Amino acid sequence: MNVKNFRIDTLYGILIVILLLPFMNSNINFRHVMVIFLIFAGLGEAWNIITGFAGQTSFGHAAFFGIGAYTSTILFYKFGISPWIGMLAGAVLATVISVIVSYPCFRLKGHYFAIATLAVAEIIKQLFISWDYVEGATGISIPIVEESVTSMQFHSSKIPYFLIAYVLFLITTMTARYIENNKMGFYLKAIRESHEAAEALGIDTTRYKLYAMMVSAALTATFGTLYAQYILYIDPFMVFTLEVSMKIVLLSVLGGLGNIYGPIIGAAILIPLSEYTRVYLGGTGKGIDLMIFGALIIFVACFEPNGILGLLKKKRSRRRGDVYARADA
Amino acid sequence: MLLQIILSGILVGFVYSLVAVGLTLIWGVMDIINFAHGDFLMVSMYTVFWLYTLLRLDPLASLPIAALVTFVLSFLTYKLIIKRVINAPGLTALLATFGLSLFIRNFAQYLWTPNYRFITTSLVTDKKLEMGSVIIGIPQLVAALGSIMMTFLVVWFIKNTKTGRAIQAAAQSRDTAKLMGINTEKIYAVTFGISGACVGVAGALLATFFPIYPESGALYSLLAFVIVALGGFGNIAGALYGGVLIGLSEALGGFFLGTQFKYAIVFLIYLLVLQFRPKGLFGW
Amino acid sequence: MFMQEPMLEVQNVTMKFGSLIANEDVSFSVHKGEIVSLIGPNGAGKTTLFNCITGFYRPYAGRIYFQGRDITGRPPHEITAMGLTRTFQIVKPLKEMTVKENVLTGAFLRASSRKEAEKIAEEVLEMTSLSGKKDMPAGSLTIADKKRLEIARALATGPKMVMLDEAMAGLNQTEIKEAMELCLNLKNRGITLLIVEHIMEAIMPISDRVVVLNAGKKIADASPEEVTSNEEVIKAYLGERYHAKSKKSEHGV
Ligand SMILES: Nc1ncnc2c1ncn2[C@@H]1O[C@H](COP(=O)(O)OP(=O)(O)OP(=O)(O)O)[C@@H](O)[C@H]1O
Ligand SMILES: [Mg+2]
Repeated sequence: MNVKNFRIDTLYGILIVILLLPFMNSNINFRHVMVIFLIFAGLGEAWNIITGFAGQTSFGHAAFFGIGAYTSTILFYKFGISPWIGMLAGAVLATVISVIVSYPCFRLKGHYFAIATLAVAEIIKQLFISWDYVEGATGISIPIVEESVTSMQFHSSKIPYFLIAYVLFLITTMTARYIENNKMGFYLKAIRESHEAAEALGIDTTRYKLYAMMVSAALTATFGTLYAQYILYIDPFMVFTLEVSMKIVLLSVLGGLGNIYGPIIGAAILIPLSEYTRVYLGGTGKGIDLMIFGALIIFVACFEPNGILGLLKKKRSRRRGDVYARADA
Repeated sequence: MLLQIILSGILVGFVYSLVAVGLTLIWGVMDIINFAHGDFLMVSMYTVFWLYTLLRLDPLASLPIAALVTFVLSFLTYKLIIKRVINAPGLTALLATFGLSLFIRNFAQYLWTPNYRFITTSLVTDKKLEMGSVIIGIPQLVAALGSIMMTFLVVWFIKNTKTGRAIQAAAQSRDTAKLMGINTEKIYAVTFGISGACVGVAGALLATFFPIYPESGALYSLLAFVIVALGGFGNIAGALYGGVLIGLSEALGGFFLGTQFKYAIVFLIYLLVLQFRPKGLFGW
Repeated sequence: MFMQEPMLEVQNVTMKFGSLIANEDVSFSVHKGEIVSLIGPNGAGKTTLFNCITGFYRPYAGRIYFQGRDITGRPPHEITAMGLTRTFQIVKPLKEMTVKENVLTGAFLRASSRKEAEKIAEEVLEMTSLSGKKDMPAGSLTIADKKRLEIARALATGPKMVMLDEAMAGLNQTEIKEAMELCLNLKNRGITLLIVEHIMEAIMPISDRVVVLNAGKKIADASPEEVTSNEEVIKAYLGERYHAKSKKSEHGV
């Protein structure tokens, strides 16, 4: 009966566990994995708004991620401006760019749209590769300064990075959750299910898709800034590539599309897997880590097409004998 | 000079066309984006490379073997993976093919290292055709001619054989095809196989002048997506013209704006064309 | 009553698909509080006309006015926001959402909060007898319930006028009775209706006026009694169908 409360509690429970984990295990690799996990879970949540809710498949979110990373880095590298301001600026810039690219892309439907987002991201990548002002293909090493909150650089511990990632992740997840439970979420899902029905219900489909894209882009960009500050180096191949876009797509679909738990579950499985296999097997340069990664993805796709979440739901509903398990998807 | 650029653009364009024809077939018949398409191309290149290295077989002689290898690989991909995800919701099929791409690419890296390999001597290596100021590499010319032949072979097959017509029917509508008593299961597997053979041929032809490494298929996949969408999903003629158009815009864009921008131009062309034809050049 | 400005006015609308003329110079109007039926044989152009009126198609020629405002070529969502909404002949349920969520989506148009939207949705679900199925995914409903959901969703947008495209097709006798009552109920609430329907015995008793289309052209526009006795209409359409339909329904189809 209290399905709703149960679900809210689950989310808070998950959030608290995530927050506590790195304090219970001080292993540096573990803390590193936690930071990357939060970044990608957050990216998945942000992507989910435009693709999972609104049904507009984006293969180009690396563009917004990269813009976030480059904006703060350039502002700091060239003008010494704090990455926090850079993060805001990056989010604003990503929003502006999302509006500019959305207009031509939203005229396209389905796969045509997906390929268009991929094209936009590739164009932006090419521009950055050959743009001297941002050091082109060479990339930028962020100047190391004394660790502090204002400089968003921490050299003695990963905990501050973890906390920043956690806050960004929390903001993103809560935003997604708020959208899902209010008018905008209903409107986006209606657009996903049927453009025509949505229009007949008085929904300005173009406008709402645009809103979704703007929110998604802004949130994605903030993670870009954090990522750059965490790695302290960026080049176009790290942030603007199809691999980044696809990683976001993969983990969200793997977890379960169109649901705020999906990206968390997907990232919780894929990120430790890829990070740990990289640590233990990747050093050989033989690509075993990614082979396992690929095989796992195929396996999940073949045997649990609704994502891991689909599997959990099936289990739960089997216990409850509930025929309509997909209803709350 | 300009003529030279245009010609080489068109030549490479035909190879793109063949790769795109393979992709668009699957797309049209099953509505599936095969992210591993370019990796089949890479497998073909390695096949040719090893036959050349171990058995001294000329790439052109091993072309049928490479095509057979990728036909089987692609056919099995359908039987083992795609079959299970073809009716799955949303992006699941895409997830599966992306996983496959990762797997194949890294398996190749595991087996053969990420190093670049070259086929340094073959029937066509370093040969040139000179016509006044225009110089055309024979490998490129052979690749283009071979691609055209394979493209027309596929078109002929689809138009004139029983299986081909069944593929056409399945592309129109899955349900109609079933009603007509077509074994869609078999048709899908064959379509996948043919799609694989297309990149198999393209890969063998490219191996004579293109470095061979685990990621050599990546660029072709990416371009093929754009070409397929540009031509209209599932449209073979669209893929053919789209490939040439992309080859041309890449060459001309590279010439006038600098090679670093040539792919940016390609993607820009896609966005521009789709503004006027939101379902591709030949889409409806 | 008919002195006032019409609710909906269709003026000389023509719609073409290539060389096919689906609507040719169609004009008619619907007044506030009326139930008007739009009938005609298959392929007469009824759905096409609906699409033109509600902004899904831009008519080739002609103009459409809603409450005196020109809405020709305006996007569908604006037209719905003005108070004119429609259902689809080929139902378009928001499949992955529950019945209630479907209706709630429509209710957000006039509600200022989720709570208010919930209230509207509950009312509409009650009115369309869908309350019992509100937690089912819309995709799993029977065709009859999907048709109901179409109506429920349209009503949730708080319309002044609703256009129903074959909302009764596929319903059984009891369900048709219910649908007829619902139409009259809506009329009493002051909602104007334009109904496309093939089931004559369902619409003739409740319609104030009947507009007949044949091969894209309007061939009659009169009271139900006049239309059923109009020779041209009988020839074009009613003759076989009215009899065929009533015979079929006697056998309980
Ligand atoms: N999108 C379209 N493109 C081309 N032709 C169309 C299109 N929509 C409808 N038509 C054609 O226009 C004509 C009118 O169709 P319409 O659907 O409006 O008829 P209808 O009166 O609603 O028929 P029914 O009673 O079967 O629903 C038909 O000949 C149909 O084939
Ligand atoms: Mg109709």
